Amino acid sequence: MFLSALLAVSYGLLALALALTLVRLVRGPGLPDRVVALDLIGFIAVGFIALTALQTGVAAFLDAAVTLALIAFVASIGFARYLEYRVPDARPRPTGTPRPAGSSQPSTGLPPGVPHVAP
Amino acid sequence: MSPLLSTLAGVLALVGAIFALIAALGIVRFPDLLTRMHAATKAGTLGAGLLLLAVAVAFADAGVAARAAAGIAFLVLTAPVASHAIGRAAYFCGVRLWERTEVDELAGHYDPETHVLDPAEAELHERHEPVA
Repeated sequence: MFLSALLAVSYGLLALALALTLVRLVRGPGLPDRVVALDLIGFIAVGFIALTALQTGVAAFLDAAVTLALIAFVASIGFARYLEYRVPDARPRPTGTPRPAGSSQPSTGLPPGVPHVAP
Repeated sequence: MSPLLSTLAGVLALVGAIFALIAALGIVRFPDLLTRMHAATKAGTLGAGLLLLAVAVAFADAGVAARAAAGIAFLVLTAPVASHAIGRAAYFCGVRLWERTEVDELAGHYDPETHVLDPAEAELHERHEPVA
């Protein structure tokens, strides 16, 4: 049947996309790149579940796809918060509050000489 | 399922899978984080959205179509928020931009400690503070 052939090709393309995204997930080079790759893996997984719903004719898979999209969104937001505030003492304070005593320089929470860059 | 609807659903699924593949190609081939994010968010959202649309077309049922529409709306609403949060966090992490980047309009405008844009945003914050 024509539809099943198209679905098979779609499965193949999505699997290839997942493999390419895993390449980026492994190679990095930094944590933000991996977070973006995880985000895309979430989208591809939603696509896989939608294809499964098409192939099996079970509409309940659609609920799983929507739920996975929700969880992937929350995970991305959580990762973003972690990335922004993972350096100790770098949490933003309201403007105008005095700096902690003994820190004349803008503190990154790292020992002196360590550049404030992502690994 | 009528042949017309099933063919339409198959073509939509195929196009969605192709867009997902384009997003994955972009995330592997592009040179820095922000360009990768540009590929992943836009093409990825379109790919997943088209696949959900294919489900809605194939089932031809109001309940399924409503759920698929809710899923598409959710994807379209949340993907920009998530990628903005990641891009902002990555900028504060000091992610290196591509060496051929022409302009970085944020350079020097963010307070590295408070993560607040100056001066417009700082004034906005000060306006809400009680008068000392």
